[in-house]
This record gives sequence, C-alpha cells and structure tokens, in this order.
Amino acid sequence: MTAPRVYQTEAIIIKRIKLGEADRILTLYTPELGKLKAVAKGTRRPQSKLGGHVELLTHSRLMLARGRNLDIITQAQTINNFLPIKDNLERISRGLYIAELVDSFTGEHSEDRRLFDLVLEVLQQLSQFNDFELVLRYFELHLLDHLGYRPQLQQCTECNLSLKPEANFFSPNHGGVLCHNCGFHEPAAHPISLNALKVLRLWQNCDYATARRVKISPELATELEQIMREYIKYLLDKQLKSTAWLDKLKREIHHT
Amino acid sequence: MSTNLITTAEPIARLIEEFNKLPGIGPKSAQRLTYYLLRAPANEVGALADAIRNLKEKLTLCSSCLNITDSDPCAICRDEERDHTKICIVEEPIDIIPLERTKKYKGLYHVLHGVIAPTDGIGPDELKIKELLSRLNDGMVTEIILATNPNLEGEATAMYIQRLIAPLGIRVTRLARGLPYGGDLEYADDVTISRALEGRQEM
Repeated sequence: MTAPRVYQTEAIIIKRIKLGEADRILTLYTPELGKLKAVAKGTRRPQSKLGGHVELLTHSRLMLARGRNLDIITQAQTINNFLPIKDNLERISRGLYIAELVDSFTGEHSEDRRLFDLVLEVLQQLSQFNDFELVLRYFELHLLDHLGYRPQLQQCTECNLSLKPEANFFSPNHGGVLCHNCGFHEPAAHPISLNALKVLRLWQNCDYATARRVKISPELATELEQIMREYIKYLLDKQLKSTAWLDKLKREIHHT
Repeated sequence: MSTNLITTAEPIARLIEEFNKLPGIGPKSAQRLTYYLLRAPANEVGALADAIRNLKEKLTLCSSCLNITDSDPCAICRDEERDHTKICIVEEPIDIIPLERTKKYKGLYHVLHGVIAPTDGIGPDELKIKELLSRLNDGMVTEIILATNPNLEGEATAMYIQRLIAPLGIRVTRLARGLPYGGDLEYADDVTISRALEGRQEM
C-alpha cells in the first residue's frame, strides 16, 4: 500500500528559514511524526493564507501534501498561538531558547508523544507565569529526564556513596553529582551548593505547581542556570546560540 | 559545471556557471540567458556588464541611515524637503522601496541590516543599533517609527529598540499590524485578528 498523498497533523513550529522569494522551510514538532521539515509556500507575503498560522512558537493543525523532497503545507489552522509569549520580549526570547533546545535534542521522524506534550506544557507555562527562569529549569530537567539524561543527584556518580549535606560537585561528563572527595580531583566538575542540589532534586520529582512554591534567590537562580547550561553544553557538544541573547537581556535589565 | 559542457567554449561555460549561482536560475535558464547575450548587440551586453560592476564599485552605505547609496549622505538624508524629525526603522534596504512607493512618508529611514535572531546567533550588536542611538543624540528626532516585519523576530527587535529608546523621551510608534488589503478575514490567523481589533479606528 502506498502512503496517502495528503495527511494531517498537529504541530508546533520550532524553526523557520527563508526559501526562495516568498517561501519558508519550517521545522515542525509533531506528536505522531516527531520532528520534520516542511515547506510553507508564500508565507512571507502579507496575504498568505498560512501566514500567522505557521509562525514560530505556534501550535497548529496542518494539512500536508507529500513532496519529492520536503512535504508541503497546504492548510493551517491555529490551535494555540501563545499570544502572551509573542507580546513580551522576555517571553519570546525564552520561547526561542526552548525551540532551539528541542531542535537540538531531537532527530527527524522519530515519534515521541510525551516530548510533544512536554513542549506544549512549557509553552503554556511560559505564557501564564512570570517566573521565566523556573519555567526553563523545570523544562530542562524534565526534557533531559525524558531523553534519558536524567542527572544523578542522589549518590556520588563515582564512589556511589550517599552525598553528605555539604558543598559537592556537579560533573557534566559523569551525568550528575560527585561527592566532595571524588569531585575534588575531577577538573571538569564545578562546585554545587547544598541548596542548588536540594532544589534540583525536588524539581526533578515534583509537579510544576509544587516547583513554583520554592523561593529562589537571584544567586541561586544563577547557579542553577549555570549547572544546567554546562550539562546541556556537554550533552550537545555545543553551546546553544540563544543563550548569548538571554544573557544580554538579563545584563541590560540589571542596568536599567 | 557538469561534464556535458566539455565541448562548450570556455567563456560560455563560465558565464553559464555564473548565472547558475543566482537565485531562481537553474542550469537551463542559465544556458538560455548566456546564448541570448551571445546574440545580443555588443552595447547592450556592455551596459549589463557595467551595471553589474557598478553595483559593487560605486555603492556604499549612507553614513547616516545606512541605506545603500551611490552618494554619501544618500538622496533621502540629503533632501531638505523631508521631515528630519522622524526616523522609520526597517530591517533591510529593500524594505524602503514599498514605504516610498506609498508617497505617504516624508521622514528619514534607518536600516538595521537584519533582525534579532537569537537562534542564529544574531543579537543587537550584529545590527546597526548603535548607529541609530548616536543619531538620536542631537535631540532633533521626535519620533521613531518601527517598521520591522510583523513576525516573531521583527516584533522582538521592535520591542528591544523601544526599550532602548523609551528612556530618551522620544515618541516610539509601530506600524499597525492587522488585516492585509485585498485579503480574506476567513484566512486570517488569531494574532492578526487580535491586533486588528486592538488597532480598530473610528470610521
């Protein structure tokens, strides 16, 4: 049996690049087909009927026709445009970081319904709540967990002994925490405070509503961000490009 | 170029190859253009060659608005008739053309040469934003019109510039975002319709 010529799917648009005069190649994250690329014709013209329905960080129902190389989007209808994200520079910036994260951690055409739901959840949280950094950290932890990179935070990843309530080390290449003794000799390991360790352990295992109840000082927030960033950088073997922009935004807020 | 052109004279093969690099020109179109020029009068071909050479040799960026120009400052910035208290901010030089076509805008421009695109590693430092801020120092300008594209990066760039300029006490406006003329309400997305509702006007 040949595959049908047209098909429908839900999708979150996570990336787009220009193609030719008025077209775009979109990277879609879908529940049944995983990540895939498709062509959206004419979307750069003001009168395109796809237009805003296939804008970045939009959840849409799409109709696609199979093409020779890439499939072509023929119809689109928005399910959720996450308008609060698009009205706010801080939210847009974090939304783009989430999109880059998902794009970097996924390969094309591998179904992952749970990951699709995770992305929808994080975009919903980003639209709704103001603690943007928590939204990102919580998503990073649960994304890594789901992909099999759950950081080991209970015992030392080297000697397997339970961690003492003191400053320990986080080692990206061990995928978790090293005790004071083991970490001391590991050059790639960074110190992790007891508070940071406790918060990460909690967030790893609780729902978002519980995670929100933890009060985080600015210093602790920075530490948590650095730990996750180092770990993600190690896993992807690259720094995500949008982190530079997030850092710049934060610096300029502190300035004004 | 491919091996089937081995029998073609070298100058022809080379021009075909060059045409083939242009956007939207495939190998067949490249061949057709080349053979057309081969038969065309020498002065016509010479004019085309000159036009292409001048494109790079004579053009520069206007030191004020950073539009592409053959004289610095550019014709728009030099024009005394235009309103020097308004600056319209666009992403690319090509965006000035549709705005000028309306004949409704008499102010000046500022070309950013791009848009904030964090996932491509393009931030404000890669754009001509510093140049914009230095134009605002003399207190002449009273209004900044943000005409970046109505998409995610265009909006982000507009919001970022707004944030930078707000403390200077200059009026910052954004081109209205709403329904395109000649379009159908039925196909409009929710963001566009929300914006159109927000920006509705008394008739």
